[in-house]
Amino acid sequence: MTARVGIVVVSHSHEVASGTAAMVRQMVGTEVPLAFCGGDPDGGLGTDVAAILAAIEGAWSESGVAMLVDLGGAETNSEMAIDMLPEERRSRVVICNAPIVEGAVMAATEAWGGACLDEVRRTAEELSAG
Amino acid sequence: MHARLIGELLDTVSNAVINHAEELTALDQAIGDGDHGVNMTRGFEAVQAAREDLTGKPLNEALQAAGMQLVMRVGGASGPLYGTLLMTLGKQLGPHPPDRRALATAFANAVAAVQARGKSRAGQKTLLDVLIPLQEALSREESIARLREIVAEAVSATRDMRATRGRASFLGERSVGHIDPGARSSQLMFEAVAAVLEAHHDS
Repeated sequence: MTARVGIVVVSHSHEVASGTAAMVRQMVGTEVPLAFCGGDPDGGLGTDVAAILAAIEGAWSESGVAMLVDLGGAETNSEMAIDMLPEERRSRVVICNAPIVEGAVMAATEAWGGACLDEVRRTAEELSAG
Repeated sequence: MHARLIGELLDTVSNAVINHAEELTALDQAIGDGDHGVNMTRGFEAVQAAREDLTGKPLNEALQAAGMQLVMRVGGASGPLYGTLLMTLGKQLGPHPPDRRALATAFANAVAAVQARGKSRAGQKTLLDVLIPLQEALSREESIARLREIVAEAVSATRDMRATRGRASFLGERSVGHIDPGARSSQLMFEAVAAVLEAHHDS
């Protein structure tokens, strides 16, 4: 069986990121690679490129990583982090255009079932197509 | 000479941003989340902390390294945006200070990279509404005095724009009537660079 797609949660708030990850763990279990980060480099509200890179590393899967992010800066910093990855990994990380909590749970459920990266992203993004 | 110029650029730009942190925060409180001053200060304090290392590098490498500090330390969208500006400038320029034409070309590419990074364009009430007119004026080889006027007008023009990118876009019409904080921080950095270059030109 191929590896399950990993999930990364990036919020401006450590508590939101941590709480979202806890919901994923409770609803989907521990078999999906999952990592999260929240807060700026000093621990205030914001995002931190180094922490995002560490989270991608933490949830890394050969099948790729789907990211769920909250507001604007989280997306820009996540895109920056993706661009800083080794080239062979860059194309295997996607940011899902979906609400962070619902998107993380949906993406992780899909990943648990063995879906490929593109299917994981599409399932999460159906939430915002509504 | 070279290290001195880089040091002056770093110090003048850092001080301009840090000394105006409260103003940037106040502008951001009006239409964003009020962290622009704090974020930019954190970024330029990191640049200052790396000063010795940066001033020992050739210009292109110093720009890339300073840009990376902003990317890693700012904590908001302005980190990757200004970081991309400096890193692209560094990649485009050579190790020595460029002539005006080379600077204009490099700056045009750097502004294009910021547009790509922010998935944004002119007229959305962002720092691009200063960077793009500045880039166009640089390509026309306008004088520094004229560049100052163009940049100041560009900052003022963001007041009547409606934000469609970034946090301010949540406010819709209510974003109208306030200067964009990113436009203002771009002006501060431009003015600082212009002052250093003028001083070197005169000496």
